Amino acid sequence: MRRLLYIVPALVFGLIAAYLLAGLGLDPKTLPSAMIDKPAPQFALPALGTVAPPLATADLGGEVALVNVFASWCVPCRAEHPLLMRLATEKGVPIFGINQKDKPEDAARFLAQLGNPYRRIGVDANGRASIEWGVYGVPETFVIDRAGRIRYRHVGALGPQDFEPILAMLERLRR
Amino acid sequence: MRACLLALLLAVSGPALAVEPGERLADPALEERARELSKELRCLVCQNQSIDDSNAPLARDLRVLVRERLAAGDGDAAVRDYLVARYGDFVLLRPPMKPETWALWLAPPLLLLAGGAIAVLAFRRRRQRPVEADALSPVQRARVDALLAEDGDGRHSGHEGGGRP
Repeated sequence: MRRLLYIVPALVFGLIAAYLLAGLGLDPKTLPSAMIDKPAPQFALPALGTVAPPLATADLGGEVALVNVFASWCVPCRAEHPLLMRLATEKGVPIFGINQKDKPEDAARFLAQLGNPYRRIGVDANGRASIEWGVYGVPETFVIDRAGRIRYRHVGALGPQDFEPILAMLERLRR
Repeated sequence: MRACLLALLLAVSGPALAVEPGERLADPALEERARELSKELRCLVCQNQSIDDSNAPLARDLRVLVRERLAAGDGDAAVRDYLVARYGDFVLLRPPMKPETWALWLAPPLLLLAGGAIAVLAFRRRRQRPVEADALSPVQRARVDALLAEDGDGRHSGHEGGGRP
């Protein structure tokens, strides 16, 4: 009984310490998506000038694709752009863009400078379509399966290290 | 005078509000509902602020969205559900009671009960231990009485009336 008095607090401390230690490795900025495995939300956005055709819910599905929320004012978007270009040009991955709260001329210049990886681009001037997607920051990238459902979401910029995992995921979904 | 004015200004000034005049609804009752609802919704950018408090652009968009939906006749629960469907339970500052959150909600009362039970057991055990009744010898008892009597006198002469002679 006496010994228990010493062991129990030590055990409780150990448990809490282990829990907190595990929590240190988590990024609080990365939120779980409520949209995983749900169909892509209903939205229809106008085109970005003549850069690319417009984007709406009906354009998704049929083939496995990426939906990328971007803006010319967003620095991490610039950082992840080369990866999107590689996916689109080297691997022919269909990528759809949602251009959030941007000036059309800025967005067009951004794509003219860095290249356009997008098959279609929807202009989300007031950010409302992004809210439909549960987006809370730019950039965010979604993986859409053939049924038009959201299967994966990446918050923040994609880096070169994401190239292979994304290709593997797309391959898995195509099967 | 200046101090009075400053005090008055401090008294009437509330905390700075993120809600901008242009966002407010004309109907005061509806606006009040929007405010109450906004205080319960998390700004997903700042995470520990409500959208009512936050100046983040997303918080502003969500405030406008909440007001639009209320103006369109949605109930509070419908507005909350709309946001939860898109952003998950995390958007609610007060997490809902469901199997995933049982540990969160039940741990504090359970820990309190466990602590209370331990405390009750410990006190009971202490009370059961025989207390040595009157362990003072007659000599000691006499000494205590003398000291107590002395202390009573001292207090009277020493502190009452203020100064020492």
